[in-house]
Amino acid sequence: MTDATARGANGFRYIGRRRRAVEHRRFVLGQGRYAADLRLPGMLHVALVASPHAHARIVAIDVAAAAALPGVEAVLTGEELQQQVDPMLPGVDAPKVARYPLARGVVRYCGEWVVAVVAATRAQAEDAAELVRVEYEPLAHAGDAASAMREDAVLVHPEHGSNVIFQRKFRWGEVDAHFAAAARQLSYRVRWGRSSTVPIETFGVTCAWNDADGLLDVWASIQMPKYPDQLARCLRLPGNAVRVHYDIDVGGSYGVKRGLKHTVLVGYLARRLGRPVRLLEDRLENMRGGDMQGPDRQFDVTLAFDDDGTIRSMRMRAIDDIGAYSGRAPLQLGKPVGAIVGPYRIASVEYEAIAVLTHKTPQEAVRGFGQSPTNYAIERGMDKVARALGMDPVELRRRNLIGADEFPYLIPSGTTYDSGDYEVVMDKALRAASYDELLRERDALRSSGLLAGVGLSTCLEPSGGNSSFEPLFNARNETTTWMDSCLVRIDLGATVTALIGTSSSGQAHETLVSTVVGEVLLREPDSIRVLHADSLNALPSNSPVGSRMAIMLGGAAAGAAKKLRAKLLAMGAYRLGAQVDAVDYVDGAVVLRADASCRVSWEQLVDIAHRKHHELPPGMEPGLQEKFVWEVPTGGSLPDADGRVQMYPCHSFESHVVLASIDPLTGKVSLLRYVVGHDCGVMISPDVVHGMTYGGVAHAVGASLMEKFAFSDEGQLLSGTFMDYLLPSAEEVPAIAIVDHCTPSPLTEFGQKGSGEAGYLGGPAAIANAVNDALAVRGAAIDSLPMTPQAVWRALREAANHEGTTA
Amino acid sequence: MPSCVTIRMTVNGKAVERTVEPRQTLVDFLRDELGLTGTHVGCEHGVCGACSVLLDGQPVRSCCMFAVQADGLQVTTVEGLAPARGRLSTLQDAFCEAHALQCGYCTPGMLVACHALLERNPHPGEAQIREAIGGNLCRCTGYQQIVDAVKLASSQELCHD
Amino acid sequence: MKAAPFDYLRADSLEQALHELARHGGDAKLIAGGQSLVPMMAMRLARPSVLVDIHRLAELRGWQVAGDAVRLRAASRQCEVEADAGLAGAVPLLRAALRWVGHQQTRNRGTVGGSLVHADPAAELPLAAAVLQARLHLRSERTERCVDAADFALGPMFTTLADDECLVAIDWPTWSVGEGEVLRCEFDETAIRHGDFAMASVAVQLVLDASGVCRRAAIGLGGVDATPLAFPDLAAQLHGRRIDASSAAEVAQAAAARCQPGSDMHADAEYRRHLGAALLQRALLRAAGEPVAGAAF
Repeated sequence: MTDATARGANGFRYIGRRRRAVEHRRFVLGQGRYAADLRLPGMLHVALVASPHAHARIVAIDVAAAAALPGVEAVLTGEELQQQVDPMLPGVDAPKVARYPLARGVVRYCGEWVVAVVAATRAQAEDAAELVRVEYEPLAHAGDAASAMREDAVLVHPEHGSNVIFQRKFRWGEVDAHFAAAARQLSYRVRWGRSSTVPIETFGVTCAWNDADGLLDVWASIQMPKYPDQLARCLRLPGNAVRVHYDIDVGGSYGVKRGLKHTVLVGYLARRLGRPVRLLEDRLENMRGGDMQGPDRQFDVTLAFDDDGTIRSMRMRAIDDIGAYSGRAPLQLGKPVGAIVGPYRIASVEYEAIAVLTHKTPQEAVRGFGQSPTNYAIERGMDKVARALGMDPVELRRRNLIGADEFPYLIPSGTTYDSGDYEVVMDKALRAASYDELLRERDALRSSGLLAGVGLSTCLEPSGGNSSFEPLFNARNETTTWMDSCLVRIDLGATVTALIGTSSSGQAHETLVSTVVGEVLLREPDSIRVLHADSLNALPSNSPVGSRMAIMLGGAAAGAAKKLRAKLLAMGAYRLGAQVDAVDYVDGAVVLRADASCRVSWEQLVDIAHRKHHELPPGMEPGLQEKFVWEVPTGGSLPDADGRVQMYPCHSFESHVVLASIDPLTGKVSLLRYVVGHDCGVMISPDVVHGMTYGGVAHAVGASLMEKFAFSDEGQLLSGTFMDYLLPSAEEVPAIAIVDHCTPSPLTEFGQKGSGEAGYLGGPAAIANAVNDALAVRGAAIDSLPMTPQAVWRALREAANHEGTTA
Repeated sequence: MPSCVTIRMTVNGKAVERTVEPRQTLVDFLRDELGLTGTHVGCEHGVCGACSVLLDGQPVRSCCMFAVQADGLQVTTVEGLAPARGRLSTLQDAFCEAHALQCGYCTPGMLVACHALLERNPHPGEAQIREAIGGNLCRCTGYQQIVDAVKLASSQELCHD
Repeated sequence: MKAAPFDYLRADSLEQALHELARHGGDAKLIAGGQSLVPMMAMRLARPSVLVDIHRLAELRGWQVAGDAVRLRAASRQCEVEADAGLAGAVPLLRAALRWVGHQQTRNRGTVGGSLVHADPAAELPLAAAVLQARLHLRSERTERCVDAADFALGPMFTTLADDECLVAIDWPTWSVGEGEVLRCEFDETAIRHGDFAMASVAVQLVLDASGVCRRAAIGLGGVDATPLAFPDLAAQLHGRRIDASSAAEVAQAAAARCQPGSDMHADAEYRRHLGAALLQRALLRAAGEPVAGAAF
């Protein structure tokens, strides 16, 4: 590295430079601080008794034998708990769909918690849990969305009156006219399988109640907006009686670490028992009762287009099976409204979103919050249209991608895309993949007897996570801000500390904030400490969801640092007897522009602020500490009557190019080449962005080829272990090449956009397109994820049989 | 009630002795009895590899054995990979440099698997690296930067500085 | 996922281990590498009240030539067997199979005998044993017997091993190869994720003469029935023939027709049967050095 104070090609000193993540050192030394690492004196452990039925009436519960076991401190049933806590509310207007940590009277999915056992050790708690006798009367169940939507369906929540918890048809633009004017139409159905992010760390939480202070301390592997507030409400505690410690390292989340029900249970137990209580999900509890399964969607789409490939309009109906209870799940149909046309110039859209309750493990927020399934549905359509027209899929996209000169670009559903250069990014990816050569390689594979295909996707990653889907899907919810914040202080020793109000689950927020604060204050980022405050010390945060922290936390940190810089400038100018506009801020010192020898050093400025009130400008607050709370740019408004609203502010773009082969004997897919062109504006930490993109692609490999929460006809989860729910290993994930591009966002401090969901948002679409390109040679197609060997083999066989009958 | 067993082993070079329930797994023993929380629990059924430790120098899954089975043996955990307090091994250093981790949860197991690989094959190829970490699941990195880190470590002198 | 309580005893000798087994009846269980047993205990699918540890018994480790076979003692670790060049030379199918078994971490603990006794119908080593017609030496305090691999496994996770018996050694037949002949073996399987139990697996061992004619063959399939299946009579049909697409297909179809596969979420019976035929056909062609074409559906 050259001069440490030099600015890079991007005009920044620290932003965009390779820098080791601050967090790494503790992790490689085994000194992370995860929820399971916490040990409190007298801590008790919870094990759970779960429902073995998809739907049953609880006839009787006998806890006597369990309670009598040595070491057992409590055996809690839903009968008691539901009287002592308030329900967790669904994300939509469905107050009768009440959700509690423990079932009472009826169980609604296999794995639902029925009884909690508290003992001195987890092993003892499990011993006792085995002795709890629950008598059930099994009931008929609704096993999938189709059957749950029938007139005579068994109701998951009879009080709600229907299994459909949300349904709305939006029409944006002249859909009928555009359809009538289009030369052609194409209808198709695609299915997104029930998968999730499945972090390697399960959810864990420890709570301790202090009688004297009336305070509940919470340490959890949490990634959830407004967790302390919701927890306090459920526990009927004042907001300031719950203190969530955000200095817990979270072992992966990507959306799902939202153990509110776990925490309500453990918080209640800790208070009742007066002892610290811990619940660490084991993997079985996590998979079936951890309530973290992801979207499970069927899309019916019709595209209207012209012979030249222009897509004029789209009708899309999405039915999502959200499982037995509702949290954020229905809203995952809402976020895609903000990118419902993808990166394309589609003039009108009809979108019907239907969220259905079934007797399955509930769905939780998953990386992309519903966008990746929608991208998959759109991108499959692009390839189908290309095939129908006999057009190269690249050319079809070229004709429909929004042009670089068209930004800001308003889409029919009310969101304005901030900036982009889609065609250039696609071309970069194609070039990096040597597209023509890739096609030749594909053809060579085909002539060697394999099936092979090339797949492409061009997709958006809406970022800067706002919650406009809340009022859009629930008129009673008028939330129009999803602020984030940061506090920065300079201590007497002249070092800088920043406080953030969230935990991190691998996004390197300490690195982000110290880089940003260093950039603004022109101090070496490695000298800046970043702390995760607790919820009573911290300013508001909406947590790292919706690819928002580079934008929102980065913006908040910059805002606080800028306030400090302004203060330092004012102090320096005063000390120099100059006007503020006559001085410059140079590497922490304030320098008279006209005479650089007149300067007040960083140390002097700090000294004045903390010790020399007589040298402070009159009326200025002593000390050096500033906070900044940032509203999401473009946020603040409610949807109009037609459901038009600005969803997220920034829009990152990615273009995937994949070469896949299929073993025609087994149906097994291998990914041979993988390139991602990616534009998330200005990258603050390039390694972090690339890392998340690689990880997103790996997750895409899982979702498209391997991972599924499958249920039996009886509603039993068939993939409740890591032996059946298959996360891809290093041998399934290919080497991945990323090509960067930078179109700065005009809405953010440094031009950055979000990237936490990168790779995952376009991966399944591209992989599915590659597999289908390979299958097309045999007249076969597959439009259901995951594309397992068996499913691919079946698609090939059906095509062969069909050919046999029509030949 | 089954009887407890007194076991002795060498963990990260230190002799330890504890009396444990036979049913305690090695990973629970390391974490709960010895406070070595660097070794993580991911699945407890032998798939994810987060609990990998070296047993007599060979990587094993510490969730798939009981502590009593390790009686008399040498155990090295992630805490024992660094050459000295305040320093990083070449591999740990390479993991930091190549950004081979994000949330850090699988990292200790990954380090153990890669450490063992480099011990027996100082210059592994890409396929060998992927095979060696094939039993360690990571949900953050897509493995790319882990592979890069191992290559980086193998390109440097293994002086453990 | 914590195991139910149990007592633990590390045996100092096989004698002692057998005595403990006899003493506790069905309540005691042997543990060697524990790579299957410990997870089952963690899920409380297995709950012995006494565990007798035989992992370190020197008398249960190592191998020697015994007539026309290699006698491999049962607690030999999979990693040791994999790394042993002499063993690989004598019984190459063993190493070919071990490449597919789990991962380095599991092979470092797991034993050959443990895998056979666990008797997962999709596991690699039981298939290799069935195909090579290995002989298993079982001992208890009261008896000693030798069982053919084909008779050892009775069903999924179910063998002829009595509660008080221990698998002490496995005789892996070695094949003599005449002048100008070559021994070829092929192990292949299809799993969605590498290292997992296969949806179907195949093992083939052939002796080809100088002109490429098959002089001896052994074939088998795993994951497609309650136990791994060997097909000595079908293999015999290949003797004296050149293995080509048609003879391989004929034998593979006949073998698959005999399978009665189970179903799970990843592979139903029909797909498993197809895989069995496809993998066997391909493995035969590969072993014979014949070109493998993409299959017609």
